[in-house]
Amino acid sequence: SKTRDSFVGKMEDLLRRSKKIDEEFYEELEEILIGSDIGVNTVLELMDELRDEVKEKRISDATELQPILSNKLKSILKDHDNALNFQQNEMTVIVIVGVNGVGKTTTIGKLAHKFKQQNLKVVLAAGDTFRAAAIDQLKVWGGRVGVDVIAQQEGSDPAAVMYDAIHAARARKADVLICDTAGRLHNKANLMNELNKVYRVIGKEVPGAPHEVLLVLDATTGQNALQQAKTFGETAGVTGIVLTKLDGTAKGGIVIAISKELSIPVKLVGLGEKMEDLQEFDQQKFVDALFPT
Amino acid sequence: MVFQGLADRLQQTFNKLKKKGKITEADVKEALREVRLALLEADVNFKIVKQFIDKVKDRAVGQEILGSLTPGQQVIKLVNEELTELMGGTQSKLTISSSPPTVVMMVGLQGAGKTTSSGKLANYLKKQNRRPLLVACDIYRPAAIKQIQVLGQQLDIPVFSMGDKNSPVNIANAAIEHAKRHGNDYVIIDTAGRLHIDEALMDELIAVKGQVSPDEILLVVDAMTGQDAVNVAESFHKQLTLSGVVLTKLDGDTRGGAALSVKAVTGCPIKFAGMGEKLDALEPFHPDRMASRILGMGDVLSLIEKA
Ligand SMILES: Nc1nc2c(ncn2[C@@H]2O[C@H](COP(=O)(O)OP(=O)(O)OP(=O)(O)O)[C@@H](O)[C@H]2O)c(=O)[nH]1
Ligand SMILES: Nc1nc2c(ncn2[C@@H]2O[C@H](COP(=O)(O)OP(=O)(O)OP(=O)(O)O)[C@@H](O)[C@H]2O)c(=O)[nH]1
Ligand SMILES: [Mg+2]
Ligand SMILES: [Mg+2]
Repeated sequence: SKTRDSFVGKMEDLLRRSKKIDEEFYEELEEILIGSDIGVNTVLELMDELRDEVKEKRISDATELQPILSNKLKSILKDHDNALNFQQNEMTVIVIVGVNGVGKTTTIGKLAHKFKQQNLKVVLAAGDTFRAAAIDQLKVWGGRVGVDVIAQQEGSDPAAVMYDAIHAARARKADVLICDTAGRLHNKANLMNELNKVYRVIGKEVPGAPHEVLLVLDATTGQNALQQAKTFGETAGVTGIVLTKLDGTAKGGIVIAISKELSIPVKLVGLGEKMEDLQEFDQQKFVDALFPT
Repeated sequence: MVFQGLADRLQQTFNKLKKKGKITEADVKEALREVRLALLEADVNFKIVKQFIDKVKDRAVGQEILGSLTPGQQVIKLVNEELTELMGGTQSKLTISSSPPTVVMMVGLQGAGKTTSSGKLANYLKKQNRRPLLVACDIYRPAAIKQIQVLGQQLDIPVFSMGDKNSPVNIANAAIEHAKRHGNDYVIIDTAGRLHIDEALMDELIAVKGQVSPDEILLVVDAMTGQDAVNVAESFHKQLTLSGVVLTKLDGDTRGGAALSVKAVTGCPIKFAGMGEKLDALEPFHPDRMASRILGMGDVLSLIEKA
């Protein structure tokens, strides 16, 4: 992947050039990490720990640092359960949330495709009644994948759409209902409250639901993704993260800071605009992609 | 707030640096350390931060300290001046072609806000008694054409579309002819989102540009973009020679350091700021406000201004 190529390239280049561990070396290493959007605070903490370890273990060769840093990053992304919370005896309800334009609707198309491949019956709920043609967009995805989309008119109450969708999905004996929501910035309290109304309706119709609330984060986003995860985590009950647009040149390193400060697991990654471009997040792979082992 | 933390930290730095006379390298170093962190936290690209800090350091060392300022405050004043200058002047004007229609092409990564900004821009022009035409050149994204048609309806502004079976080059070309026949003085071309490394799709934009010679090529950038903003902007600029930038989603709580990165690598003015999802939420870009927002220290600056 791109993450691997450029990051590893830079790391290897740095290690080859600078055999000695000096200030210049630390500075360059710090820049590589900051350049991946890992986040200044996380990077500074990592660098401090690294310096301590170098002193303690009397390490002088730069190449020895790589596995140490690699292990540190792995332990930050430690043992999150990435599996989706599926219900055995009842319909699983998944709600997709996030700020504007991150890839929510596209991720729903991809997820529907993934579930359909597993022979699950999927229904989609067009809960974005605000953005121009958001309903049509989801319908196109429904058509592509071959799953039903339950929708009302643009401008209607998202909670009412969810109510309809749950009953329609039940009638169709669906295994999974995936609900789209309008993009909203986390700093807009009224829009965040609207989500709670949606949850209340869902929870009333399907006790225990929603079973998953997936926050979609754009890998191109910098430090603000941490704030998004914090606020959506606190007020919207997020159970997992989908990291999209990893097919670009951005590294999505902010999920390391998110893992460190909040413990929300990254469950899936988006790698393109086609329905197959969704993969499970594998923290081992993610870190291995940063460093060669 | 996160912002407050920096203001406090800087205040402490100021307090430590009370002596008068010439600014020394040591004074500068301490203040600039905080500034560096602030810029990095704000997502300004690390390479741009480095250049910036070096420049401020050079300018600051040896300067006489102004009457009422502490050395730290004076460094911050310099930082703010440099930052504002780097962000450019206020230029929320679009070029007008001497042979109408004026053609504006909107480009950028997926989901940045191109279609919405196209609608906002058309609305902005309409309010100035212009007669814009919106053009649906995104033939890929599901319901992209419908999206811009809905915006056109909401604004009562015409939308030119040829469906998704024609190439964007043909659509753009036909749109200009249409505009000439119908007296539209501005043509705003909405293009599909694409990665800057997607050669086929970047070539498509180059072809559209070659066909219609736009008067403006505006890169639409999400204000929340992180370190990668430099790569994206550099690459779009290299391949298309941009004329300006639209910075979207500034109604969020991001510090928006990408603005500085994009400005630094393209040299293009940031012409407009997107301040919301509604079609009137487009504002002229204010470099000075953006500088304080990136530094996250509006109140410290007002403190300096009073001094
Ligand atoms: N390259 C790439 N593009 C993606 C990916 N996921 C989504 N996109 C694109 O990003 C753009 C926005 O995607 P949407 O699914 O509409 O995003 P959204 O979060 O639903 O947007 P709103 O509903 O407007 O908030 C579209 O052009 C998608 O094709 C991905 O993993 N990689
Ligand atoms: N809050 C906020 N949302 C915005 C702003 N500009 C655009 N958006 C939202 O961002 C999302 C994406 O906007 P679009 O205009 O569809 O973006 P695009 O660049 O055309 O996307 P693609 O065509 O898929 O590449 C939508 O939900 C818009 O409503 C803004 O300034 N503020
Ligand atoms: Mg959507
Ligand atoms: Mg668009």
